[in-house]
Amino acid sequence: MDVILLQLLNGLDKGSAYALIALGLTLIFGTLGVVNFAHGALFMLGAFCAVTVQRLLSISFETIDPDKVDFLGNPAKVKTPYVESWFGPEMGGAIVDWSVPIAILFAIPIMIAIGFIMERGLIKHFYKRPHADQILVTFGLAIVIQEVIKQFYGANPIPTPAPDAFKGSFDFGVLLGFDPNAVIYPYWRLVYFGFAAIVIAAVFAFLQFTTFGMVVRAGMADRETVGLLGINIDKRFTIMFGIAAAVAGLAGVMYAPINSPNYHMGMDFLVLSFVVVVVGGMGSLPGAVLAGFMLGILESFSSMNVIKSIVPGIDQIIIYLVAIIILLVRPRGLMGRKGVMED
Amino acid sequence: MSNSNFTRRGLLKTSAMAGGALAMPTIFSGAAWGAGYMNEPTGSTVTLGFNVPQSGPYADEGADELRAYELAVEHLNGGGDGGMMNTFSSKALKGNGILGKKVEFVTGDTQTKSDAARASAKSMIEKDGAVMITGGSSSGVAIAVQGLCQEAGVIFMAGLTHSNDTTGKDKKANGFRHFFNGYMSAAALAPVLEARYGTDRTAYHLTADYTWGWTQQESIQAATEAMGWQTANNVLTPLATTDFSAYVAPVLNSGADVLVLNHYGGNMVNSLTSAVQFGLREKQVNGKDFEIVVPLYSRLMARGAGENVKGIFGSTNWHWSLTDEGSKAFVKSFGEKYGFPPSQAAHTVYCQTMLYADAAERAGTFNPCGIAQALEGFKFDGLGNGETEYRAEDHQCFKDVLVVKGKDNPTSEFDLLEIVEITPRAQVEYAVDHAMFAGGDLGSCNPGA
Amino acid sequence: MLGLEKKDTSLLIIVAILTMFAPFILNPFPEGSALAQFNAGYPDLMQRFVIFGIFAIGFNILFGLTGYLSFGHAAFLGIGSYSAVWMFKLLGYNIIPGIVLSVITSGLFALLIGYISLRRSGIYFSILTLAFAQMSFALAYSVLTPLTNGETGLQVYNSDPQYFHSENMPNIPHLFGAKMQGTYSLEMGPWSFDFNTGYYLCAIIMLGMFYLAIRIFRSPFGLMLKAIKTNQTRMNYTGLNPRPYTLAAFVISGMYAGLAGGLMASMDPLAGAERMQWTASGEVVLMTILGGAGTLIGPVLGAGFIKYFENIFSKINDTVLHQWFAFLPDGMENFVITIIHPFVGKGWHLTLGLLFMAVVIFLPGGLVEGGQRITAALRRRAGRSGRSGDDASSTDTTPAE
Repeated sequence: MDVILLQLLNGLDKGSAYALIALGLTLIFGTLGVVNFAHGALFMLGAFCAVTVQRLLSISFETIDPDKVDFLGNPAKVKTPYVESWFGPEMGGAIVDWSVPIAILFAIPIMIAIGFIMERGLIKHFYKRPHADQILVTFGLAIVIQEVIKQFYGANPIPTPAPDAFKGSFDFGVLLGFDPNAVIYPYWRLVYFGFAAIVIAAVFAFLQFTTFGMVVRAGMADRETVGLLGINIDKRFTIMFGIAAAVAGLAGVMYAPINSPNYHMGMDFLVLSFVVVVVGGMGSLPGAVLAGFMLGILESFSSMNVIKSIVPGIDQIIIYLVAIIILLVRPRGLMGRKGVMED
Repeated sequence: MSNSNFTRRGLLKTSAMAGGALAMPTIFSGAAWGAGYMNEPTGSTVTLGFNVPQSGPYADEGADELRAYELAVEHLNGGGDGGMMNTFSSKALKGNGILGKKVEFVTGDTQTKSDAARASAKSMIEKDGAVMITGGSSSGVAIAVQGLCQEAGVIFMAGLTHSNDTTGKDKKANGFRHFFNGYMSAAALAPVLEARYGTDRTAYHLTADYTWGWTQQESIQAATEAMGWQTANNVLTPLATTDFSAYVAPVLNSGADVLVLNHYGGNMVNSLTSAVQFGLREKQVNGKDFEIVVPLYSRLMARGAGENVKGIFGSTNWHWSLTDEGSKAFVKSFGEKYGFPPSQAAHTVYCQTMLYADAAERAGTFNPCGIAQALEGFKFDGLGNGETEYRAEDHQCFKDVLVVKGKDNPTSEFDLLEIVEITPRAQVEYAVDHAMFAGGDLGSCNPGA
Repeated sequence: MLGLEKKDTSLLIIVAILTMFAPFILNPFPEGSALAQFNAGYPDLMQRFVIFGIFAIGFNILFGLTGYLSFGHAAFLGIGSYSAVWMFKLLGYNIIPGIVLSVITSGLFALLIGYISLRRSGIYFSILTLAFAQMSFALAYSVLTPLTNGETGLQVYNSDPQYFHSENMPNIPHLFGAKMQGTYSLEMGPWSFDFNTGYYLCAIIMLGMFYLAIRIFRSPFGLMLKAIKTNQTRMNYTGLNPRPYTLAAFVISGMYAGLAGGLMASMDPLAGAERMQWTASGEVVLMTILGGAGTLIGPVLGAGFIKYFENIFSKINDTVLHQWFAFLPDGMENFVITIIHPFVGKGWHLTLGLLFMAVVIFLPGGLVEGGQRITAALRRRAGRSGRSGDDASSTDTTPAE
């Protein structure tokens, strides 16, 4: 029982990352009808926002400490971050420590701007082009973004720790009457889950309860009619693209402490997020979220030792296996609409 | 435009570029069929092929390997301060290239994929006339390229490859490995673990689900069980895993009090980060502090795990903080050229290049069979690992192994590991027909043509 | 000729000439010159050009004609390679049984996967094929290691049975004794041209496959497939069931992929699991779109383009750059090299990404359209004879194919 509970938590946590990425992907697809292969790259850019903020905050000046030597035997240079010299070591240290949460503030405008530029500069010209062309151009863009990041940050993962306050893990087991240490879960991963839930709720509320959202939903259903009504739907769609980019970026920022970001993390998520979107049903926002959580949970359960000992290697293929089964049972995924991306 | 740069060579190349097809005197021709051996250098230069990962997750290690290769070529051609050439026990190298021929090199991208690595190595052999291929940062690639070099008839000097198979089941007469292997890691680590953590421990293994992971896990399980440890479980994790939480979460509740992470590279960074996030290291199980072990450390990759490596034991082939003359000379010339200390990958490929050049010098030929003969059973010193021997039977180097620990108070961004013990060579040696290495066949050396 | 229209016959002849003289065409620069770096006429790369050409031609029969975008075609390539290497291990190094088996097994797998996947269309079909291929890759890399030798890749060991191997046969892949690695180098002054047995075998097979593809494109069956792409609903209403046709196309293109895999293993007897990864499947999609989907020659061009970048650009390092720009003054030289550096060597992916974007933005019909524009512009220029100031971009483009 405790094991199942633990894997359920894991599944929810994994699922939140899948759901956030799939949500953004579906927003773009649903509004603009564009298959965006660069979405993984947006997620990666978000994570590198966190890295960049951390680097900016720890920009240092060097002083030579005659007591210490570096690896070549020369007097060592000691680095002191400017923030520490301005605000004092304690306050400065705390600011550096909190760089990931601070990065959220920076990531939102940056990612929205990147989304705008991408849509206006490139994607706009591909609305009427075949999906194959969209895939090729956005894939090319993804490679370019990835390589540029690699030029600046190298190929190795870069540690981006969460604030000290969130280190360690929470013992659920004690709350529920299990032995101590039976069900423990890291604080930051719980934060991630909560954060994902808030973002998802916010996106849904925005679409559901604002006039803007209403127009966008109408545009998703029938773009031409909305256009004929004299509403500038293109402008709204551009904004939606920016929001989708921001959702992917936020997912990335918050993910940075969970796994140290590297330049190809976007590609690692790309295929998976497409599977999630399609299993959820093309163009369905609730479907994307549902599929994200479902696949996350199934993936976690399949990596349990009991199950692995019955079916070896099941954890490697579970997502694809489930995708095949669901698509065979439900032709348009969990909640897909008829006629979307079927030709 | 300063005239000093306007060399004849440069002028010719310029006109060749401008003219597109202007003829140039041939320096040498690539595929020399009918000659004594594959790609026999006939001109005044000899070409080596440096095949390293330049894209994909190991690109930074590949870049460090390339730096070391360039340094080695510089030293071989008489440039720089000579580095480890001065401390090397064999004095055959004179700093005038190899056998009087200037050393040139070509580079390629393995992408850490067997196919791409073989394609790249083939182009070096077929197009550029490389007489030796070296490099790589994973065992799958090393074994694939080693097989290719055997077929093509050139020497392969393996880079970073740690699987037992490279000089075990998949050993080849044309292939040589300076790096240590999974068995040696385990044999070196076990006594240290015993001294620190006692004999009454239960280990939980997370193992990367591919050949290297299996051989590493097999080795460390055998070594720890021999000293009385128990093995609670061995869980195979898919290579593509990025989030290890689902595998780490059940560990604490399994009754194990040590977690062994048989992971390398990105897998290692992520699994270690997950384990630390779950707070395993603050926990107590069976009345003992919970411990984590990473059998194969790479300083370069460990940086990605940040503070999480502190206090965690592992093994490594070489570390820049060693204080023997060879290591000091290498760190000095590498550090002065590039501004940071070399990684173990850089060290092993530098040694391999020097060993190859020295063997060619001693054999008096670039013929793979001559070089193989010169390397087999070759004993040397002064390359940073103490006394070392290239065993003739399996082309594996036998030398001391470093047991390291994540440093608690690093003084710089490079100062991540501290050497706990230098396990002497005798302790990590094994018989050629040891069960973990059985089944291979060295075959006979292939000179190509 | 050969039952082809005049236009197709001339296309086939052009392709035949290009492939037969490839060792000359791809090695235009003299050995040892600065531009020799761009020579692609060495056996391995030439083999890859034609093998991936076969792969892409086959993929185009499915994608170009029916519009079904398979994202898992690399699985068939991998299965073909594994079958061929197993034949080498069991029977011996003659490549015929390996190639035959690779076509058969990949055809069977294509039948199975196609039968299931073709129940859906559009992106749902793409994801189904992707899922099958990714499953094959994951299993081949780990659980199926006894069959596939996992990470290392399946290879032939000295201890393998090789029942039909005899002492007088070469110990590398061969066709009745003719070694695939065998190369004859023709030295003409500073030039050197390599004629490789394996390459010519692959090239002849590719020509055969190209001919077959033309026949399929022009057959009633091909017409039916195009009808599926144009309007499947209408086809349904006319009482035709498109499923058997698409399945046939899927199996044929799977067999093409298997053949390519078998040939790859025959040229280089090692089959790695990465051949089945989604990136490999993506690569053939990119080759086809880049060259021009639905055209006959496009996929071959796209295959050549991508493989050329992968193998040539990734090898340009700083030393090479310094040689090229040695004529510039020091400061200029370093400046130019700093500019170029990110795009070559380890940055070859960046160049490739930029070129993908450029091609798809400016040439919606792929490289084939680029070729058409150039010929059109040349013709117009010839027609105007002397009038200047024409503008190539205003050329009307005929739709690809």
